[in-house]
Amino acid sequence: MTVRLNGEEAARKIASACPDSIVSADKDAVVVDSKSLHQVAEYLKTDAGFDFNYLANLTSVDYLDYFEVVYNLISLNHNHSLTIKTRCDDRNNPTVPSVIDLWRTADYQEREIYDLMGITFSGHPNMKRLFLWEGFEGHPLRRDYL
Amino acid sequence: MEIERPNIVSPRELDIAEGQRIAQLKESSQQAIPDSDNWMEEELRRNVLLTTVDFVLDQARARSTFPLMFGLACCAFEMIGTAASRFDVTRWGMDIFRWSPRQADLMIVAGTLTWKMAPAVKRIYEQMPEPKWVIAMGVCAISGGTFRESYSVVPGINRIIPVDVYIPGCPPRPEGLIYGINLIQQKILKDSLKRKHD
Repeated sequence: MTVRLNGEEAARKIASACPDSIVSADKDAVVVDSKSLHQVAEYLKTDAGFDFNYLANLTSVDYLDYFEVVYNLISLNHNHSLTIKTRCDDRNNPTVPSVIDLWRTADYQEREIYDLMGITFSGHPNMKRLFLWEGFEGHPLRRDYL
Repeated sequence: MEIERPNIVSPRELDIAEGQRIAQLKESSQQAIPDSDNWMEEELRRNVLLTTVDFVLDQARARSTFPLMFGLACCAFEMIGTAASRFDVTRWGMDIFRWSPRQADLMIVAGTLTWKMAPAVKRIYEQMPEPKWVIAMGVCAISGGTFRESYSVVPGINRIIPVDVYIPGCPPRPEGLIYGINLIQQKILKDSLKRKHD
């Protein structure tokens, strides 16, 4: 069974390595500031204690005030997992740094999020729609689409 | 010696071209294509004599249609189940499900059609040689089904291609698909009358 790491303990270790990056943490997930997301992700991947080399899932949620991007990370060597989240307040042009250089699965997953939710990932080499066709207006999975 | 370089377009231009094609298809398919029902008229049968050769050809065509495997979604599993050993569709002559449209005469569209897939369906329908028939299997192919209001679902494949037999169900049981195949066979037997007088 993959052990789910406690978010608060993980947040303490992350905060000691990457200062000013944690917004909040509870036992399920760690909420990270979007500007330091890439630094935290790199730390989580390279640190020997965490060693998260598998990005299992990358999705986004639309709470009406803000967007939230959720990363589910798994370590294949230690067999533990962690969830980190980022918030993005800008409604018209939300941007989050891309983690494609750390985990290649983020390529298609970030394109899907851009297609359906409209969040742009800065640093992504091929930011274009995946499921819908070029010229489709709007982002259907937002709460205010219809 | 001059080497002819092929015209290589960038992926962005291909995307834009595909988007325009889908947008045009969406614009031009606002109305459903009307079904050709006049094969059911009995008057035509009584007034026209059929030669023996045509009669034999129709019997042969009806009992050996080559279906085109066009399973898009969950109804495809029921179609595959019908082709498997318990409900054997080989009994009606359709043992080889063709993958190439050029070799098929019956297209069973099983599953939800999305706007992104629609130009491909239209192109494959046009690649099938005449005479050809289409079965719409499942409610998603008939009218969009549960997903009719969605931004990406075509509300019924008869917006894109003309349909001969509709099989309702979500998914239709294999017995339902077999009933639809029987209807198609009846249509093929009677349909040549209409085609001769077109």
